[in-house]
Amino acid sequence: MDSKTSASPLLEVVDLYTHFDTPRGVAHAVDGVSFRLERGRTLGIVGESGSGKSVLSRTIIDILAKDGSVLNQGEVRFEGRDLMALPEKDMREIRGREIAMVFQDPMSSLNPVKKIGKQITEVLVKRLGMPGAEAKRRAVELIESVGIPDAAQQLDRFPMHLSGGMRQRVAIAIALAGEPKLLIADEPTTALDVTIQAQILDLLRRQQVERNMAVILITHDLGIVAQYTDDVVVMYAGQIVESCSTEELIRRPRMPYTEALMNSAPNLADPPHTRLDAIPGMPPNLLRVPQGCRFADRCPYAAEKCSTEMPALAHDEDSSHIYACWYPLEVKEAVSA
Amino acid sequence: MSALNALLSIENMTVEYTNQGQRFAAISDINIDIAEGETLGLVGESGCGKSTTGRAIIQLPAPTMGKVTFEGRDLSELNHEEMRQVRRRLQIIFQDPVSSLNPRRKVKDIVAEPLVIAGMKDAAERERRVREVLEAVGVDPDTAMDRRPHQFSGGQCQRICIARALIMEPKLIVCDEPVSALDVSVQAQILNLLEDMKERYGLTLLFISHDLAVVKNISDRVAVMYLGKFCELADSARIYEAPAHPYTAGLMATIPDLSTIGADAGPALMGEIPSPLNPPSGCHFRTRCPHAQERCAAEEPEFRQIESGHHVACHFPLTEQES
Repeated sequence: MDSKTSASPLLEVVDLYTHFDTPRGVAHAVDGVSFRLERGRTLGIVGESGSGKSVLSRTIIDILAKDGSVLNQGEVRFEGRDLMALPEKDMREIRGREIAMVFQDPMSSLNPVKKIGKQITEVLVKRLGMPGAEAKRRAVELIESVGIPDAAQQLDRFPMHLSGGMRQRVAIAIALAGEPKLLIADEPTTALDVTIQAQILDLLRRQQVERNMAVILITHDLGIVAQYTDDVVVMYAGQIVESCSTEELIRRPRMPYTEALMNSAPNLADPPHTRLDAIPGMPPNLLRVPQGCRFADRCPYAAEKCSTEMPALAHDEDSSHIYACWYPLEVKEAVSA
Repeated sequence: MSALNALLSIENMTVEYTNQGQRFAAISDINIDIAEGETLGLVGESGCGKSTTGRAIIQLPAPTMGKVTFEGRDLSELNHEEMRQVRRRLQIIFQDPVSSLNPRRKVKDIVAEPLVIAGMKDAAERERRVREVLEAVGVDPDTAMDRRPHQFSGGQCQRICIARALIMEPKLIVCDEPVSALDVSVQAQILNLLEDMKERYGLTLLFISHDLAVVKNISDRVAVMYLGKFCELADSARIYEAPAHPYTAGLMATIPDLSTIGADAGPALMGEIPSPLNPPSGCHFRTRCPHAQERCAAEEPEFRQIESGHHVACHFPLTEQES
């Protein structure tokens, strides 16, 4: 996050805006977002519904509607090239090869009437120009690498024959087929059971390490962020409100929203019937965003200034931990070991 | 396991479905009592039979075999009209609050509908009752009554669903994944609300969820289901402190939480839940169990008590191995 870092990162998003022109007004889905991601790192983007985390990922790979309803501004620099300025023809080369994506619902990214093997070899033949026989061999390897048993037999099956977890493994195999440098996983386990969730997240981490691939893991679950990411960005109402290393965020949150998000989830260590610290109210309407801090209405620490002036992202001296808050939480000196 | 103060008893309940001509048991031969005033959590993965259990209790559809007794009456012996009367006291709320509400109707009509069906003719009294329950669930009646569901967020729609369930003054509410579709901050609001309503209206809850942390927070006792059977049942605090069934322990190890920054959680449970069309012999969980032995394939473990109030269906429960 330090602007003085010299070498160009794998991905750098600079002051990105994605607004939707709707019949009821302009929705500020992503509103001035900047972050950078180094090669081989895993970045978590965490936020609740409507925070802009999924729109952000779709803006990065440029798959939002092209009918004029989407208003974009800003830069998405991938290995130094601004993807926002690339013609669709060049962007198609990047999508699926340099940057691949895995979605929440694997059924929506798989073709229901095509055999699994065909869906993988297609990427290998069309994207990498691999000969058919080699592609088939590689497809078996890919299916094996994502932990699907009897790989050779599975190639002839259709997505409907597989469980949700197996479908997500196939979607990951397809994403990996193009050997991407960046994999964006948008709530990849939200539709899956907890035991399968752990299997899929472990698989993603293993692949990330083996391939030295960068991963953006989009989730609403801070527990997943804690366990599977190196760095984290917290989004609220279209903006980044806090960003730092994952460990730093969990131990020393500075933005009251982050703290509130952590406290509102039931904690397994607490006894039954522990009263939860719910966050009162709701996120603001993105059609009419408030002029001050967007969390001010729900913030227990808000003062007058908070509803009139928007706090900019700032960081303390000697720290790359950034947050947007007029009255950040005190850094509690590490009490626990 | 029949207790004297049981509000609801399930005895030898089996629910069968037919899939492509083959009959299979979604729930096989389960027994449990729910005491008046308690919250029983029912937890498990998709396809374990937890929702089927909730629906079989309200007889939608009725179980294939076995008996559900509510307030001392065997529900399978009631005729249609009697069952309608009982259902007022036996309500259910669902996972998706938005699709549970008729999009064309106003909130006041949605919430008042059970009263209309019950034959309450006095419109002024109906409105009074609707206002009362809406206020109780934290929805402002003055602004909400004339609006339609799409004008509310998911959390508010779930509050409206709870208001509609409460208006008949039920004894028991089956909550089928009521917070799974909600954001974590809203989930906390709804869980707190359910606790408040339980206190205020003297409710008994059957709380069905796949989320172990949520279930621990709201439940007095927790039952863990796997492939149509109970594998463990104990007090909420106890089952988390000393899970006896390897499946319960495995489920708990897989929850990512804030205390595990960057660390590897326990080994993920291998494999997936088998098809109920062709369940494994012996113990249903043995195909994924790290401790499975020959006996587990040959002999189905009995659901037995290992300490007061703590039941487990396992030949080699974890707590006994340690001691």
